[in-house]
Amino acid sequence: MSSSEHKTPNYMAVFWWLAGFTAVEVAYSSLLPHSHKTLLILGLVGFATIKATLVALFFMHLKFERKSLGIIFGSTLVLGVILVSVGMAEHWLPKP
Amino acid sequence: MEAIAVAHGPAHPHEEEEYTTTGIPHDKMGMWVFLCSEVMFFTGLIGSYIVLRFATPLWPPPASVLNIPLTAANTFILICSSVTMVQALAAVSRGDIRRLKLFLCLTLLGGTIFLSIQAVEYWKLLHEGFNPHVSLFGSVFFTTTGFHGFHVFCGVICIAFVTGKAFLGKYTQARHQGIETIGLYWHFVDLVWIVLFTIIYLF
Repeated sequence: MSSSEHKTPNYMAVFWWLAGFTAVEVAYSSLLPHSHKTLLILGLVGFATIKATLVALFFMHLKFERKSLGIIFGSTLVLGVILVSVGMAEHWLPKP
Repeated sequence: MEAIAVAHGPAHPHEEEEYTTTGIPHDKMGMWVFLCSEVMFFTGLIGSYIVLRFATPLWPPPASVLNIPLTAANTFILICSSVTMVQALAAVSRGDIRRLKLFLCLTLLGGTIFLSIQAVEYWKLLHEGFNPHVSLFGSVFFTTTGFHGFHVFCGVICIAFVTGKAFLGKYTQARHQGIETIGLYWHFVDLVWIVLFTIIYLF
């Protein structure tokens, strides 16, 4: 790292976690009956969030970067969630 | 004199890496800002997919159309290429140029295999009659995964470029910002695929 020197994380451990979560995710999606929609959505979103966080923190080194960089990147993620939520509001809210 | 040096950047080319006004090298900061714009771009695509998915009552189960095991294997390959990319950065940070070249070649290979498998998947789907015109699912599937594939393609081109530079001996333990900047882009592409795979293929 040219801007922030830090101890090299155990990348292979992160890799195995990512591979493991992907396998569990596929099994979860194929084994859980699709009638349990809420459980399916919550589980899959949870797995995807954990995997994406691992990539951002350890492979993109956000864990070791300046906080300002995390705030800049995190704020766009928050804006993204708001954007999708506003789109979904039409589906969730009762129709007049 | 110092003020002039700050206004015009580094006085000597070898000082380029140290020159920064934000505490973060400019090319790295630029890449992060670019990635923020990419987050909004993919949010538009993924958000559209989610809204249309919930608003359409007769949405086919993805497993009935798409090859989930093949794409799961492809996801694994992309994750592997992300690991080799970060290992390349770790190698050059240690001054191990031989491993830098090895890991960059492996990353290039991973990206190329990912694109090849995606091309095979598209070819099979199109021959089975699943195309962007057949349904709303087809339309958003090809748009979203196609744009991601284009990003992977751009990443492969960039990695081929830095691999060439690595073989020409342009990177050293002290000067390797290009590897880190391209690495950030590559990990972001991996991150987006993790989300796309879950939303499009598994739900």
